[in-house]
Amino acid sequence: MNQRAPLIIFALVMAAIPFIPGVPPFWIVLLNNIGLAALVAMGLVLLTGVGGLTSFGQAAFCGFGAYTTAVLTTAYGFSPWLTLPLSLLVSGIAAVLLGIVTVRLSGHYLPLGTIAWGIGLFYLFSKLEFLGRNDGISGIPPLSIGSFRMLDPGTIYFAIWVAVLVSALLTMNLLDSRTGRAIRALRRGHIAGEAFGVQTPRAKLLVFIYAAVLAGLSGWLYAHFQRAANPTPFGAQAGIEYLFIAVVGGAGYVWGAVLGAGIVVILKEILQSYLPYIFGGQSQLETIVFGILLVVLLQFAPTGVWPWLMSRLPIKSGRKTPDTSLPLAARERAPASAAVLLQIEKARKQFGGVIAVNDVSFDVRSREIVALIGPNGAGKSTTFNLITGVLTTTGGTISVLGHKVDNAPPQEVVKLGVARTFQHVKLVPDMTVLENVAIGAHLRGFAGAISSMFRLDRADEAKLLAEAARQIERVGLGDQIDQLAGSLSLGQQRIVEIARALCVDPLLLLLDEPAAGLRHMEKQRLAALLRQLRDGGMSVLLVEHDMGFVMDLADRVVVLDFGTKIAEGTPDAIKTNPDVIKAYLGATA
Amino acid sequence: MNTTIMLFLLQDGITNGAIYALLGLALVLVFAVTRVILIPQGEFVTYGALSYAMLATGQVPGTAKLAAAMGVVAFGLDLFDARRSLRLKRVLRAFALNIALPAMILALTYGLAGPKTPIGVNIALSLLIVAAIGLFLYRIAFQPIAHTSVLVLLIASVGCHLALQGLGLVFFGAEGLRGPALSNTALTIGPLRFTGQSLAVYGLTIAFIVALWLFFGFTLMGKALRATAVNRLGARLIGIRTTLSGQIAFLLASLIGAISGILIVPITTLYYDTGFLIGLKGFIAAIIGGLVSYPLTAIAALLVGSVEAFSSFYASNFKEVIVFTLILPVLVLRSLAAPAVEEEKD
Repeated sequence: MNQRAPLIIFALVMAAIPFIPGVPPFWIVLLNNIGLAALVAMGLVLLTGVGGLTSFGQAAFCGFGAYTTAVLTTAYGFSPWLTLPLSLLVSGIAAVLLGIVTVRLSGHYLPLGTIAWGIGLFYLFSKLEFLGRNDGISGIPPLSIGSFRMLDPGTIYFAIWVAVLVSALLTMNLLDSRTGRAIRALRRGHIAGEAFGVQTPRAKLLVFIYAAVLAGLSGWLYAHFQRAANPTPFGAQAGIEYLFIAVVGGAGYVWGAVLGAGIVVILKEILQSYLPYIFGGQSQLETIVFGILLVVLLQFAPTGVWPWLMSRLPIKSGRKTPDTSLPLAARERAPASAAVLLQIEKARKQFGGVIAVNDVSFDVRSREIVALIGPNGAGKSTTFNLITGVLTTTGGTISVLGHKVDNAPPQEVVKLGVARTFQHVKLVPDMTVLENVAIGAHLRGFAGAISSMFRLDRADEAKLLAEAARQIERVGLGDQIDQLAGSLSLGQQRIVEIARALCVDPLLLLLDEPAAGLRHMEKQRLAALLRQLRDGGMSVLLVEHDMGFVMDLADRVVVLDFGTKIAEGTPDAIKTNPDVIKAYLGATA
Repeated sequence: MNTTIMLFLLQDGITNGAIYALLGLALVLVFAVTRVILIPQGEFVTYGALSYAMLATGQVPGTAKLAAAMGVVAFGLDLFDARRSLRLKRVLRAFALNIALPAMILALTYGLAGPKTPIGVNIALSLLIVAAIGLFLYRIAFQPIAHTSVLVLLIASVGCHLALQGLGLVFFGAEGLRGPALSNTALTIGPLRFTGQSLAVYGLTIAFIVALWLFFGFTLMGKALRATAVNRLGARLIGIRTTLSGQIAFLLASLIGAISGILIVPITTLYYDTGFLIGLKGFIAAIIGGLVSYPLTAIAALLVGSVEAFSSFYASNFKEVIVFTLILPVLVLRSLAAPAVEEEKD
């Protein structure tokens, strides 16, 4: 339980603050504001820092939360507690609608789109009659428990900080789970995750909704704290400020949101109260200083204050080693009689006028290692992408165990038991080896986001991590299991990719240049592993440039040149094939 | 609805749209070269417009001093970067660009500013001042982090916007300003009256679109700028000075912004914070244009301007809502049409 200790200490300190004699009431107001901002920023941490989706429009979701409760409590006499789920629901529904439109957008479109609808919604709030136009809605009833009404800042303080702590806990639980790994892999692109069955658009929408619901919660609390709602705090400026908070604190860290909110809210307060004394009565000076500080901060600490702080603390987070004895249900194997695992018939891929793969046909049978070789640009990786559904074919058919997969999405292909590695390593560098490998077992777990948040996924999760640990042990990286994937050598990262692919429990393993960057001994160990896998019933299709490695290992070799198959046969036959020699050496032998 | 009203609205929309087109072009330009989404583009507009308006009343705008101050910071940064190889020639060049140039602009502004200064001189001074600010803004805020992700650049850009907008309030006050028209000639066709001002807006917009299209499509420098955007390292390896590319992009963007500002300040009253909204409408056009296509951006800007004009007539309360939600259907179409391309981030 020592992982929970800092959280409990923090909660106790926060709970004690209002009872310290002599704490000015104004401090409590500040802490309330910090808590409200931290909730929104926490959503942004998940959305932007972890998921890589930038939103400038979170303030609008606060608006949905605040206005929902404002309208329902003042005009319809609802109890504030009854409006809490409704506020969250309205924010969530708004997020679904906006999310469907925006989350599929790549890179910079998303932030721009969020700025645009952030402003649009702000104007909507300030023009709608039933929301009170620019004046907003006042006279919102306070939160109350029985006859105890939370009228002053010192009492709603508890509601706000309980919300912050519970949200932080749930967010951290979510991140440390099967769904969390899928979310954390989003930032590095979608191909790797999808190759292991992650439904990327769904994962993106999930974090979008999650962030919006946290913002809605903040808005709901805000409305009952201020007892009024008007459009100003939900405008574009506020949306920008929330993102600023997340970046200052450390966009990738849940506690960064709380820290960032503290820094920014207090800094703003200091600037607002002292700058006029220094520079005379000029207004808005704090915006100038604020803007300049932001630019300066980015130049010195683009990752934020929290990681900088953590790297200076002597605390090392202890990690439990997974219990490798927990079994994970194996894939249902097709009857051994299925002789042909992968059948490629006249597969074709054109990019405009370039024919990358030109009517290539070959097959991979069970318990066989087939090597796909050819000079650079021969179409080997493109063939891999066609098989795994990353690219769609222009013509021809590809089938796995009799199922046609030539235009199936990657998530469907992996379900059939085809796992792959990538020529350019696609690991998440700031996740540990264990976590990276566990992504491979994504389809073999069942826990969803909600059960992860409430820690109901632990049995499922333990099995996934046990399987990941077993595969890491199997490829010989047991000593590196808790290191960050980005800290390994490139050769070791390729091996991690193999372990991740093995977590699928595949029938067919596609390896794209697995031996590149390995030393001699490591190559021998890899070859031994692949033979052992084959003898255990798996088939391997590999692309590789190291001829010694290929000829020694493969049962059969297929040679591509300029997208066309020029030879196929046993290693010995290929070695003496005149066409192959010509393709490699460029001259008639 | 009668035809005259429709024509009036259309004319109004096209005039505004032309301004949005100019800004959209500048945004596309800066993004294509530096990957910076230039939120402070709106500040270039207000700085240009309000400097011009202040000069017209014979006052020296604070922006001239800001340019000089930013030059000093840029000079300091240049010296710091070059501290290991501090050769005289290099120092002199940095001094000429960062200290001498803005000092000259400041001196010129003080020397020439007065109630009787001709309009042309005021325009030239405003453009010089804002161009210098644009140049130094890149040097100070973006050049040191030019290699980072789009997100970091975007947030830095927001920081610049906040600082510049706050400074705008200091320089120009909270009151709105209007500037004198560029020319008082007018042309009447049927029921429509074209002022010299609106004709200047159309002419300059078209000229810029054609010029940018030619520059990026057909000149070596233009292609070098585009290469920088795609791959900074690769561009450097083949000898393109990426820093120079960024400076040129910001110089052009600030010039375009200032020109747009000077074009509209005789038509509408501008406040220190008006630029943000105007710039954002340029953004909408730029996004519709996919941040890459100049002609598409220009057409989209005209559409944004027209939608704005018509919605201010029919539903003036919801004008901004309509304009900003215009972007949503476009984004939907874009997301459906665009293939899912893998991006290598960080």
